[in-house]
Amino acid sequence: MHKETSDKKKNNKKTLRRILHYIRPYTALVVLSLLLSALTVGLTLYIPILTGRGVDYIVGEGQVDFAGLMAVITGILLSIAVTAAAQWIMNHINNKITYRIVRDLRVQAFNHLQELPLSYVDRHSSGDLLSRVITDIDQFSDGLLLGFTQLFTGVATIVGTILFMLGINPWITLVVVVLSPMSFLVADFISKKSFTMFKKQSETRGELTGFTNEMLGGIKVVQAFGHQDEANKEFDEINKRLSEYSLKATFFSSITNPATRFMYSAIYAGVAIAGCFSVMGGMLTVGQLSSFLSYTNQYTKPFNDITGVLTEFQNSIASAARVFELIDEPTAPAEPADAVVLTEPEGRILLKDVDFSYTPGVPLIQDLNLSVKPGQRIAIVGPTGCGKTTLINLLMRFYDVQKGSIQVDGHDIRQITRHSLRTSYGMVLQETWLKSASIRDNIAYGRPGASLEEIIEAARKAHAHSFIMRMPEGYDTIITEGGGNLSQGQKQLLCIARIMLCLPPMLILDEATSSIDTMTEIRIQRAFETLMRGRTSFVVAHRLSTIQTADVILVMNKGRIIEQGTHQELLAKQGFYADLYYSQFAADS
Amino acid sequence: MKRLLSYLKPHPFITVMAPLFKMLEATFELFVPLVVAQMIDVGIAGNDVPYLWKMGALLILLGIVGFSFSLTAQYFAAKSAVSAGMTMRSDLFAHIGTFSYQEIDTIGTSTLINRMTNDVNQVQNGINMFLRLFLRSPFVVLGAMVMAFTVDVHAALPFAVTIPVLLVVVFTILLVSMPLYKKVQRQLDRVLLLTRENLLGIRVVRAFARQEEEKERFSQETCGLYKKQLFVGKISALLNPLTYVIINLGIIAVLYFGGRQVDAGDLTQGQVIALINYMSQILTELVKLANLIILLSRALASLARVGAIFDVEPSISDEGEAPLLSPAKEGQPAVSFENVGFTYAGAREETLHGISFSAMPGETIGIIGGTGSGKSTLASLIPRFYDCTSGTIRLFGQDVQSLKPSSIRKRVSIVPQKATVFSGSLRKNMQWGKRDATDEEIYRALDTAQAREFVDSKREGLDLVIQQGGSNLSGGQKQRLTIARALVGQPDILILDDSASALDFATDARLRKAIRENTGNMTVFIISQRVSAIQSADHILVMDDGRPAGYGTHQELLSSNHVYQEICASQSAGKEASANA
Repeated sequence: MHKETSDKKKNNKKTLRRILHYIRPYTALVVLSLLLSALTVGLTLYIPILTGRGVDYIVGEGQVDFAGLMAVITGILLSIAVTAAAQWIMNHINNKITYRIVRDLRVQAFNHLQELPLSYVDRHSSGDLLSRVITDIDQFSDGLLLGFTQLFTGVATIVGTILFMLGINPWITLVVVVLSPMSFLVADFISKKSFTMFKKQSETRGELTGFTNEMLGGIKVVQAFGHQDEANKEFDEINKRLSEYSLKATFFSSITNPATRFMYSAIYAGVAIAGCFSVMGGMLTVGQLSSFLSYTNQYTKPFNDITGVLTEFQNSIASAARVFELIDEPTAPAEPADAVVLTEPEGRILLKDVDFSYTPGVPLIQDLNLSVKPGQRIAIVGPTGCGKTTLINLLMRFYDVQKGSIQVDGHDIRQITRHSLRTSYGMVLQETWLKSASIRDNIAYGRPGASLEEIIEAARKAHAHSFIMRMPEGYDTIITEGGGNLSQGQKQLLCIARIMLCLPPMLILDEATSSIDTMTEIRIQRAFETLMRGRTSFVVAHRLSTIQTADVILVMNKGRIIEQGTHQELLAKQGFYADLYYSQFAADS
Repeated sequence: MKRLLSYLKPHPFITVMAPLFKMLEATFELFVPLVVAQMIDVGIAGNDVPYLWKMGALLILLGIVGFSFSLTAQYFAAKSAVSAGMTMRSDLFAHIGTFSYQEIDTIGTSTLINRMTNDVNQVQNGINMFLRLFLRSPFVVLGAMVMAFTVDVHAALPFAVTIPVLLVVVFTILLVSMPLYKKVQRQLDRVLLLTRENLLGIRVVRAFARQEEEKERFSQETCGLYKKQLFVGKISALLNPLTYVIINLGIIAVLYFGGRQVDAGDLTQGQVIALINYMSQILTELVKLANLIILLSRALASLARVGAIFDVEPSISDEGEAPLLSPAKEGQPAVSFENVGFTYAGAREETLHGISFSAMPGETIGIIGGTGSGKSTLASLIPRFYDCTSGTIRLFGQDVQSLKPSSIRKRVSIVPQKATVFSGSLRKNMQWGKRDATDEEIYRALDTAQAREFVDSKREGLDLVIQQGGSNLSGGQKQRLTIARALVGQPDILILDDSASALDFATDARLRKAIRENTGNMTVFIISQRVSAIQSADHILVMDDGRPAGYGTHQELLSSNHVYQEICASQSAGKEASANA
């Protein structure tokens, strides 16, 4: 436990140093901001003195020193003008520094994401990575901004106030300084009490959100089974528990303000009494007493602020640490300086003694050998979850092999630039991905400079032109997030059109299993045929016709390639493939 | 607004108490400057030591009374807000539960979830803050002004100018900056969208080697965010300096005019101090008020969104005295469609048109057709998830629209395309189909659904804990479990809506065989894209673009139906299967 906290402290320190590193380029601005802040605080504290002096010029009937009063008023006017200007500039500078740092950090995080090996991205949920780039950086930004604006100002105000008060009267200052820690103790006591309540509240809230997510996410099923009443009952049970914790948490935390306010009024009363006696003893003027009273007000406020800032800051350090964790993740190995740039490869692919596994110690692919001649068609078959994507991952070099090598046209793919290797492949996966941009931009994704004529030509070949023309804006129709305004089949046709436009020499295609209507499926099949002509292609196959006409069939199961050969060869072997092939008719006949 | 009041009404006492006590507290706070002024003017001037002690004690007493009032107020505010939030959440959840598919489709589940969680919390928070502060702050501002006037009407004139000017400045800045903040939020959403898109499509981005362009675009959007943030920052950074200037100008005015009055003998020194103190109090409260308004405007927006959900009336209601679905009678079709048509809400064209067929108990009906041909829509009309817009659907001779939906769903089970299981034990999931299902009944259903093998392979058996979203199960396992769940209740009518898509051919075939053998008098609908899945059905309904394109057995359709022939031809598997059969 003890070690844990000391480790945490060490980590916090490290994170803090990293944050300072990001602030360093803005040193000049930070210094300027601090100077302005000191100026603001100084003047803000000076004004009550002026006001107090003004009060002293107003003693009683016929005893008002107007000349002095006007001088004081001029002084105040000048001070507030300077303070206001300084404060605004300071705020602007703080905004500028914070938002810039955050912008740079976010761009850095995003760029880093683009360079990370896919193994990292696959291991983390997209929600987690997303929250690091968006929410955590936001939280960091909030903490940083607060830190800039309130931390220094707050500390300066406290120190400045004590100094000013000491300058007026040390004894009354003593009253203030002695009494004020009490309010800290009270605030601390309350926050400790309410923390446990808050924890329980957020746990229960998490439980309720989880339940809501699940029930509303599956609401159609809930209704289909008439499960609403049970769901309502369970919801109410959690909801009731939540409201109990909420009440306690809300109430306990809301005690802080009145309690500290009460402490302040005690201090205020103390100052008033001590001040009055000092005035009577001639140690203080009435004006100075009035300055003192307004200091007591000003002095206690930053304490509250600073406690708030510190909690916020803690959160933001934790967030920053999560962002740094992402940024520190090593990127995919750099390419060798003499990496080969593939231009118009023939499509000769050789897999030699390939070993691969996702988790060390759990072998997946072992000793895989495969030789593909230019223009050959390789069908990959096997039950769901058999690891067909693993092979795609290796071919595209999303993952590196652990032993052996994969060669394209005689070059080890680790010696080829990633850019030229990947653009030599055309990939159409079942999980279609389209950008939320116009259809036109989506088709031109692989060749941004393509003309509209070329794009239309590609869409025609992919049999997508006719449905695109039926869309409200034709090629300029914006695809909504996740392609919500398109059917699954249409999305796949667009993905094919995207490849049609680039026509890379090698292909990786994923045939659809279902959810595509027959006519569209025929279109996709035709488009695939057009694409595959003369190109080396790997097809994750579900259709018998594709499988039967393949040059080589790879049969995969549980992540391994267990058989390999032509349709006839594999049937003759009477192995897994033969079983798979016959099983689909056995039950029906 | 009205709705909010109805949530506060059950506890009128509590709800009124909170602001009331808050105001009492504020009143006591307002007395403080007056007491101090008395200390100076009476105590110091008259060298009256006992008076000073008395007044000092009064100050502390005011503090204590204020504190206890404030505690009371905080408690009542929290209580009122929390109970209103709880009731609202509970009502909203129950209300959403009454929605038919039509409402769910229109609103969208993610929106509903957001309303349930974020928005209700915002409202609850808003109520709490409103009860605590909204009356207090204006009360202090006004009270300070009134008190100032009671001190001296002439000397308080600067207040009459300062406060309106302050209000105008504060609200102008708020009004200008709030829409700008919304713009910032929208821009942040764009950055979020871009990031999510890149994460989900990371393989495609890399396959096309488009990382650099994506980086460029991200950088542009982030710069846009930066500029917007900075701009709104410039405006809202005006708030503090401006209010500061105005308040101090007010203090100057008090000093100047007060000075003249003191000179003339109309005012005392202590009173001038009191006036200055009131000025400072106003500043603090106004800043609080501004923050509160931002918070409240968010809460109000949330309230409006929640209200919009409450305003949605379910189009199919389970309320009232509609008759229950009566037991099957001999010789009566289980399901019959009579010239049924259906149009989705907001759609211009009919999704289903002129559908007529009937299915006898024990029959298996296959429905085949492309996506968008209306198969799933047709299926969801049977359990009355939607009401058909023309024609009649009868279950065992009764018009579904005259029946209580819950009574239909007890007898009709549907397995949707998307396999949804819920967190909790496997047994609990299976009991969705029948509340009191025994382990034996569950195992029987699992057997039929071809899920027994994988359940047995897990050590925990029926106690297997399914994680949220079924994340510890594969797609195929989830699908088989949802089929088993539908079978547990032994429904009269079972609808499998393309629910075997994640299964390989062999398992799919075994599943269909088991269903055929173990379901007895159950009427089974199998919806699929694959000919092999429906070819052995008693009747096959061929759907094409929302219209029936054929009805008959596999052999009949194969020999005479053009659409069906085309479908078969496109699926060579189907052709060979029939040749082998």
